[in-house]
Amino acid sequence: MITIKSDFLGMKLSNPLILASGIMGISVGSMKKIADNGAGAVTIKSISKEERLGHNNPTMFSFGDVFMNAVGYSNPGMIEAKKEFSDIDRIGVPVIGSVIGTKADDFVAVIEELKDIKFDAIEIPLSCPHTPGFGVLAGQGTPEATYRITKAVRKATRLPIIIKLSANAPDLTIVAKAAEKAGADAINMGNTHGPGMRIDIDSGKPILDFKVGGISGPAITPVTVRCVYDIYESIKIPIIGTGGITTGRDAIEMMMAGALGLGVGTGIYYRGFDVFKKIANEMKDWMKKKGHLSLKEIIGVAHEG
Amino acid sequence: MRDDYPRSLEILEIEKEAKDLFTVFVKNTLDGFVPGQFVMVWIPSVDEKPFGVSYLEKDRIGITFEVKGKFTKKLAGMKKADIIGIRGPYGIGFPDPDSSTIVIGGGCGVSSLAPLMEKVKKSNSIIGARSKDMLLFRNRFEDAHFTTDDGTFGKKGFVTEILEEKLSALDKVSQVFCCGPEIMMSRVIEICKKHRKKCFISMERYMKCGFGVCGQCMCGDKVVCNEGPVFESKDVEGNPEFNHFAKD
Repeated sequence: MITIKSDFLGMKLSNPLILASGIMGISVGSMKKIADNGAGAVTIKSISKEERLGHNNPTMFSFGDVFMNAVGYSNPGMIEAKKEFSDIDRIGVPVIGSVIGTKADDFVAVIEELKDIKFDAIEIPLSCPHTPGFGVLAGQGTPEATYRITKAVRKATRLPIIIKLSANAPDLTIVAKAAEKAGADAINMGNTHGPGMRIDIDSGKPILDFKVGGISGPAITPVTVRCVYDIYESIKIPIIGTGGITTGRDAIEMMMAGALGLGVGTGIYYRGFDVFKKIANEMKDWMKKKGHLSLKEIIGVAHEG
Repeated sequence: MRDDYPRSLEILEIEKEAKDLFTVFVKNTLDGFVPGQFVMVWIPSVDEKPFGVSYLEKDRIGITFEVKGKFTKKLAGMKKADIIGIRGPYGIGFPDPDSSTIVIGGGCGVSSLAPLMEKVKKSNSIIGARSKDMLLFRNRFEDAHFTTDDGTFGKKGFVTEILEEKLSALDKVSQVFCCGPEIMMSRVIEICKKHRKKCFISMERYMKCGFGVCGQCMCGDKVVCNEGPVFESKDVEGNPEFNHFAKD
């Protein structure tokens, strides 16, 4: 009997596909829809201490395989979030709480405020490429900052901590090791790339209101595969591969590079809410063809020999 | 592979329709547009917002909007040959109307129904507004029923009263299409339920992506941009946020 069940940080997942933060993670209703469409787990849209309006529209568009966004961490702030996510049990699959801050204390404050919400893990993105004060633009992705923020968060919660890194980091394995050393339980390898820019040639203006934005979509898959491959041998904690996964083939490939979990976000744009069911079925079809019974036989095989 | 970026178009014309209500016309580049669907209108360096289409002609489309905030104020002040971007069409529109479909619009909600009002029996269109100076398409649909809250034009009262009369008079009515404030649409749904008529409504929510990714426009468990904005009434009945709550 072929199974793609996955045990990730103590969460029993029906499959390793996890809704990535920032897409459809705005409410219990939207995440329930994703869970009903086959996701193994879901991640909420990141929450900050204070309310954030984010950038003006256009905040998202696509050119073929390239999807761009500069949403700017719009969220209602931790007090409102506490109400919005009070009944996450209704979602029916494990829920990861994504928390952002401009400094280590902010991450801690949000985690403490949301401590009664029944999250199954906490994700800390240090990798957004298009929001001043946060992530890459605030230098949160350096080995030193990663260590400092992870350490502070480690003290604030007993839940598993996932640190979300950027493919942009020049010293990726060092950053991943810093997170592990500071007490992280997993690495989410991959945020959007760039930032990039596209200009409307008739008006001469950048299309995104924030001018620059993160790049996602099938076009970035090869970079995510390489990043997962690179950090797999340097850390012992598990990896979620996020960035470009759209098909069962992408999913298998990411696992062969060393990912235990698979983040899916922009895939929804390309294939609909049921992209999770579609990918899961494609994974099973491939495993059947190749005679694999479980994911254990696939994870990290690209490193063998 | 999909492409979803704003296509730049020169403004052909901007017309004043009523108090604070304008229509901007651009070349029709929409492929297979169904009335009730929407487009994202981009003013470079300003913002991008969702709008229905109020004039659907072979060569051009018109988008009727109410001046409410910074974006619509800017749009109303634009001139012929200025550039705006159009992205879409998006969402699910209304089903095909037959001549015995009733079409009811309140306020600016009339705009996305106007292409349908051209297809139904003339007296089957019901148009309402708070006052005469805010009433849309008085000349375009001369034979429609008009209501104003203050009685300055047409019948004094609400569009729902005309609907009730028409359905009670046992006229041949196949279905009802409606767009307007949610309190009005809620009432229309009740009336249709009582008379056992199929009813479709068009919902408005703050939108960002327009194509079912960001989750900004959620209304209960419905993704308005993608599963709507047009819904059959049975699909919104019991939705705890319909007519109660909308995200900023």
